[in-house]
Amino acid sequence: MRTSSFSLEKKDDVSIVICGAAGQGIQTVEQLLTRIMKSAGYNVFSTKEYMSRVRGGINSTEIRVSSKRVAAYVDRIDLLIPLNENAIPHLKRRITNETIIIGEKENIKGAFECSECEVEVPLSEIAEEVGGKIYSNIIAIGLIACLCNVEAEIVEEFLRKRFASKGEKIVNNNIAASRRGFGLADELKQAQKIDIELQKNPRVLDELLLYGNDAVAMGAIAGGCNFIVGYPMAPSTGVLRFLSGESKDFDIIVEQIEDEIAGMNAAIGSWYAGGRGMVTTSGGGFALMSEGLSLAGVTETPVVIHLAQRPGPATGLPTRTEQGDLELALYAGHGFFPRIILAPGKIDDAFYLSQKAFILADKYQVPVFILTDNYLVNLYYNLPQLDLSGVTIENHVIKTDKDYKRYKLTGSGISPRGIPGYGEGLVGVDSHEHDEEAHISEDLHYMRIKMVEKRLKKLKRLENDVVSPELIGNGNYKTLLVGWGSTFYSIKEAMELLEKEEISFLHFKQVYPLHPDTSDYLRKAEKTVLIENNATGQFGKLIKLYTGIEVDAKILKFNGLPFSVEELTEKLENIV
Amino acid sequence: MDKKAYDMGDIDYHWCPGCGNFLIMDILKETLTELDLKPEEIVLVTGIGQAAKMAHFTKMNFFNGLHGRSLPVAMAIKAVNPELKVIVESGDGCTYGEGGNHLIHAIRRNINVTNIIHNNMVFGLTKGQASPTSQLGYVTKMQNLGVFVEPFNPLTFAIALNASFVARAYCGDKEQTKEILKKAITHRGYAHIDVFQPCVTFNRLNTYQWFKENTYYLDDSHDPYDRVEAFRRATEKGKYPLGIFYINPKKTFEENLAAYRENDMPVYKRKRDLEKVSQKLLSFV
Repeated sequence: MRTSSFSLEKKDDVSIVICGAAGQGIQTVEQLLTRIMKSAGYNVFSTKEYMSRVRGGINSTEIRVSSKRVAAYVDRIDLLIPLNENAIPHLKRRITNETIIIGEKENIKGAFECSECEVEVPLSEIAEEVGGKIYSNIIAIGLIACLCNVEAEIVEEFLRKRFASKGEKIVNNNIAASRRGFGLADELKQAQKIDIELQKNPRVLDELLLYGNDAVAMGAIAGGCNFIVGYPMAPSTGVLRFLSGESKDFDIIVEQIEDEIAGMNAAIGSWYAGGRGMVTTSGGGFALMSEGLSLAGVTETPVVIHLAQRPGPATGLPTRTEQGDLELALYAGHGFFPRIILAPGKIDDAFYLSQKAFILADKYQVPVFILTDNYLVNLYYNLPQLDLSGVTIENHVIKTDKDYKRYKLTGSGISPRGIPGYGEGLVGVDSHEHDEEAHISEDLHYMRIKMVEKRLKKLKRLENDVVSPELIGNGNYKTLLVGWGSTFYSIKEAMELLEKEEISFLHFKQVYPLHPDTSDYLRKAEKTVLIENNATGQFGKLIKLYTGIEVDAKILKFNGLPFSVEELTEKLENIV
Repeated sequence: MDKKAYDMGDIDYHWCPGCGNFLIMDILKETLTELDLKPEEIVLVTGIGQAAKMAHFTKMNFFNGLHGRSLPVAMAIKAVNPELKVIVESGDGCTYGEGGNHLIHAIRRNINVTNIIHNNMVFGLTKGQASPTSQLGYVTKMQNLGVFVEPFNPLTFAIALNASFVARAYCGDKEQTKEILKKAITHRGYAHIDVFQPCVTFNRLNTYQWFKENTYYLDDSHDPYDRVEAFRRATEKGKYPLGIFYINPKKTFEENLAAYRENDMPVYKRKRDLEKVSQKLLSFV
């Protein structure tokens, strides 16, 4: 122990990082700690970074515990629990003199190079006294909980619940371990004056703690999804796994499919038969789906695609994050056909937009993307309960009559959609260019033109139904920050830290088609700053294409990590 | 049922005069008539190729999708609405070439559909290249040294995967093919029927005459429940056996799905209860 007292940068917003190898129990610590903190009435946020391996390597989880709402990744580490000796070298860029490092002697030995606040705690030794090395993590949980002024009863109640199935002895050992952690923290508090001052808010207790993945999956359920197929691929698998668990309760057909080609075709087949299907995949898997996407386009069959981005090209960085597949989603598939791309930036958006994706797909008979990324699907924070009072599951399927024609030419371009076995009519769909009854047509001077126009008309029509971008800050801005998807909270928090009235932030949760007001928002600004988690500013290019406006400055990041609040603040300070 | 119910009327067929596809179409219509299946109850899922155009020349619900991709579509249709009779029809290139991976897994899943493969051992629509089932030495403009890759044997393949129903027919024999097809369509589970068919334009080797001379029927002594024997018979070359090689009754894909274990109602008819969704959301508090 090298300093006599610690001084946290922010006493009411603590960033805790647990770092170790895969298999060392980081996730258990994270799950217990976030729930314990929430039960104590604190706001929590959690995000993780991990390697693409099952054992070993070096992974870390950040937990923010705060008096106010927090939902973005910060570089700052206030409390670090290294679970092995690689943790400190792995995180040294983020460790400062203010970082309190608590851990075993061998795990904190590199700490002096970057921090002056290491605290040696013989976790394993104490764990052995309690009942075995396995209890080290629980001691750490007790220690952190106590440092954050959580009542011992809250922790113990959690441990009781968590380990109830393993018998009384295990429960008691865990509680003993937690108490030892509390004892250590009490000593630290007295000797080192660790000054965490978090405000409790009882409102937090009734809030949801929802992963991005789970929000997408729950939104799908609320949108009437009853069919999902996928081929396991990080970071998209969580949605498939979640719906698999709900298969029986919510009447959902779930299948792990042989490949993504089959996946897309099956999802389209499900809608054809009256189901509401989706696929969940990442860039490489989606690349295989593009042939099928084109099939959805020409057959005018709805389909919902959850595309959780990770850095490419090819296998890229499987467990890292990037907003690199916007152009892929936008241009995938041969031939022209309309599509919709939604890009949630918040957990509640992930839910509502995923719900809406099914409604829009059905209404316009087009493919609808829910474009997320590794960062968004794997983070969670507490948020108010989701309100379903405004949610309805529209269903545009009609009962066919004898003369039914699947591609009947209409003024809107949308033909009423029948399904086989419902009504007296026959329902055909065709991948070829076709006539109104879905039969192959090479009538180039009439039918081809009519059918192309029909599909184009749908694009015009769905442009009237675009989700509005969200303006954060003052309407009389001089500088406008522009972002989309998962960067929402990082940009928002960075902007708030700048405390400049003249800066506002425009967040797009639908990135295609663009909202008609886009141009007006941008033209009002003296300076526009584009912020994207990719190397080329893909959304900026899209804005240029549809509004003619070139952004004035770009902040781009493409090393596989999400933007931190600090780096955005710093970069924005330099720009504005 | 009247066979005319499946007629498209006066349409322009894309097939060459004398094409085996006409015979298969006629056999299909008669089979469906005799099984009393209405056009509204059937979905014909096809891929791309001359055989796949069947969807446009017969009257029923149809999904004419992509080359090789019929089986995932058929799987989904049957899973969403098991009340429909789902028939997949396509050629040897579509099914055994482009769609190979889907075929493996459709058989493994035991999707409850009938898969009719028009096997003329050549690519028709793209004008005469070798198909996966073209015989060794078969010369085309593309394979100008003659085919030297091992021909695909769909029957040993399906039996090796423990398929639920495996048969081979010859379109030149209407009555026998109808009988096989009827059993296939009424079979519960995945039924695979490879149908020999001449291509009168591009395949001058495997002609009507050739098929007639080089095929014979499995007789009553063949036990279709004997997998090893079925496999052995499926390896026969020179003269190719026709008939039902293998039957393996087992649970279908739909029957195994969680959504159907305790409830037979087609999934598409079930209403989502938003109150239940709200309840589920509360579990995240």
